Amino acid sequence: MIVADKKPVEEIIEYVQGCKKILVLGCNECVTVCEAGGKKEVGVLASALRMYFLNQGEDVKIDEVTLERQCDHEYLEEIRDVADEYDAIVSLACGVGVQFMAEKYHSVPIYPGVNTCFLGATEQRGLWTERCQACGNCMLAITGGICPVSRCAKRILNGPCGGSSNGKCEIDSNLDCAWQLIIDRLKALGRLEDYEKICSIKDWSTDRAGGPRKVVREDVQI
Amino acid sequence: MRLTYPTSIKIVRVPCTGKVDIIHMLRAFEKGADGVCVIGCMEGDCHFKSGNFRARKRVEQVQKILTTVGIGGDRVKMYNLSSGEGPTFARYANEIHEIIMELGPNPIKLKKKQAA
Repeated sequence: MIVADKKPVEEIIEYVQGCKKILVLGCNECVTVCEAGGKKEVGVLASALRMYFLNQGEDVKIDEVTLERQCDHEYLEEIRDVADEYDAIVSLACGVGVQFMAEKYHSVPIYPGVNTCFLGATEQRGLWTERCQACGNCMLAITGGICPVSRCAKRILNGPCGGSSNGKCEIDSNLDCAWQLIIDRLKALGRLEDYEKICSIKDWSTDRAGGPRKVVREDVQI
Repeated sequence: MRLTYPTSIKIVRVPCTGKVDIIHMLRAFEKGADGVCVIGCMEGDCHFKSGNFRARKRVEQVQKILTTVGIGGDRVKMYNLSSGEGPTFARYANEIHEIIMELGPNPIKLKKKQAA
């Protein structure tokens, strides 16, 4: 899932200064799971904003809505009739949702309420770690299901490097060396011969370096 | 024992302090409460293992939010007690009452009155 983190309330207050009607818009997907932009967080932010403006003696109306998703036309359409009524919309969705909102609703400024961080997993409650960099050319099949692109600090494809020590990475003694994990995993699977294969130069044209990407699937297009 | 505690305090019973969420405390302030005091079981004695620890973290988050919005983070406080400690409950109740009396009324309540 996409992992996001809450933005400080001060920053959001700065965005919406001077607005008289604000919509705090949550998303029921990834940001709900990582407890940054779901219905609960919408309630907390809206309450904080209400108290702030009341304390400033300003009469500001703050509404709360949480959509199923903010990265799909049909769900964004749910606020079509009311979006223009607001002076600002604070979207607690990931960067995708904020941008999709902004593309759809031109007359209202859309402000981000979270910092979108990475594609990751919930290791435990309150701890999310990166697992994928969406490089567009998955090599997990030969690395025992552990991604050197996202989990190795150097993204090296034939590791480990000289900075690997006791299974940890040189950038942080608490960070596992991805290549140590790969070797251990391949050993456990009895597939160490995969480690012997030299990985040739990766085609990075599918990565972000090639500019904004798109996936076109004519088979599912209507 | 016939202990007394300030009549300004309204008790809201919850099954465990772990049930108390950030929004519950914020709503109380939004509605004009001058302070919120969360009283959980002693640390290590939670029937649900970590409810009181969760509550403490939430109280800390509420303190930060209240400071940011200008209400004052000192208006919310967490205490730990066992159910057999009546005198300590009365002491804590008096303590939070004193703290709130010193801080004065919730500024939102005053602003709402002025606006009305």
